[in-house]
Amino acid sequence: MSDKTDITLIINGQSHAIRVESRRTLADAIREDCGQTGTHIGCEHGVCGACTVLVNGEPVRACLMFAQQADGKQIRTVEGLANGDEMHPMQRAFMENHGLQCGFCTPGFLMLAVGVLEREPDISDRDLVDVLSSNLCRCTGYQNIIKAVRAAAVEMRQS
Amino acid sequence: MKPAPFTRHVPRTVDEVVSALAEFAPLDGRILAGGQSLVPIMAFRMARPAHLIDINEVEGLDRLAVDGDYLSIGARVRHGAFHKPVIDGPLGKLLAFVVSHIAHYPIRMRGTFCGSLAHADPASEWCLVAATLDASLVVKSVRGERIVPVTDFLEGIMSTSLAEDEFLAEARLPLLPDDTKFGFYEFSRRAGDFAMSAALVTYRLVDGVIADAHVGIGGAEDRARRILEAEDVLNGNAPSPDLFVAAGEAAANAIEPLEDIQTTAEYRCDLVRAVTRRALERSLL
Repeated sequence: MSDKTDITLIINGQSHAIRVESRRTLADAIREDCGQTGTHIGCEHGVCGACTVLVNGEPVRACLMFAQQADGKQIRTVEGLANGDEMHPMQRAFMENHGLQCGFCTPGFLMLAVGVLEREPDISDRDLVDVLSSNLCRCTGYQNIIKAVRAAAVEMRQS
Repeated sequence: MKPAPFTRHVPRTVDEVVSALAEFAPLDGRILAGGQSLVPIMAFRMARPAHLIDINEVEGLDRLAVDGDYLSIGARVRHGAFHKPVIDGPLGKLLAFVVSHIAHYPIRMRGTFCGSLAHADPASEWCLVAATLDASLVVKSVRGERIVPVTDFLEGIMSTSLAEDEFLAEARLPLLPDDTKFGFYEFSRRAGDFAMSAALVTYRLVDGVIADAHVGIGGAEDRARRILEAEDVLNGNAPSPDLFVAAGEAAANAIEPLEDIQTTAEYRCDLVRAVTRRALERSLL
């Protein structure tokens, strides 16, 4: 019943051949089986958004997807945002606007914001606030996260 | 917070889905669509199905198209598909307005329209849409296909008329005439949270008076449904603030309110009164 299956997770362009039970969530597989611990796990039932990653370009809760469902799909995590030593505009904007304090929720917010802005570059500031209500942050009070994402949105539209 | 072990089946065709259901449903098997409700329930171990029939790879179930006089929504059409109007006219606009109230963006990338109906949460926005617009549901099994009106499909709290070996393959929403007006209003404590009450109204104005009014209420009773008493108040009368108040009153009087720890029956009725009136007010914006 708990037989394992061979799958390949392609995370930030790198293939990880792993063997997982059907009940293994994508979030656990990314962290435990592929060693990519930038993706954080908070609530494990889809409420907090800390585990948000991009699957084929769409931001999803990695705790609500089974790893086997992501077999062969393109996964992006926070580790893939920077280009070498150069931070992604979203990462830099979070730093410059104090969009984080403890940082636990940050990978989820970064992937959510990058994913939505890549899909909908011209999304309104108002709709961005609604998007950011997807994830929980217990430190910042959200205002600086909103500021950071709006700043990054401007930069991402120009590039 | 980890789901219990299960065996995953990955059919590629509808025929394979119904065969797998016939074989594994009696062995505690069920459909996995978007998983945005089922997987949390499994994480809490409130459900521990032995078999999951994952329909995410099934060809054709992502079909979203107009067939004659209705919009056909396949079983793996995700909420996010409705972010932009899927068709010209009021139905596309209505769906785009309602979808923004469903959970959050990443949930909408995975969760499905038909999955929401099959899950039958009383607070589900899509159940409210289906009930208000008189949807028909295409249900399939190895025994064949049947088309079920939404009033015979939704039976109660997380309860439908789907038999053990049946799955909801498609939902059909009647297209709305071009001059249809609609309004939707939902009350919840937090953005994206479950509706404590929601109202969807559609109607046409003929010679200045309301015709063919549909008033649906969700999140207030054990299932979403049309409230004929409120529709009777509206039909044949010109829109006015007093009329909208009267329709809200009629809806509040007609429901059998659900009670829970945060909502007494009296409060739920008051919410229904308010969401009905506000949905009607929005129909004129």
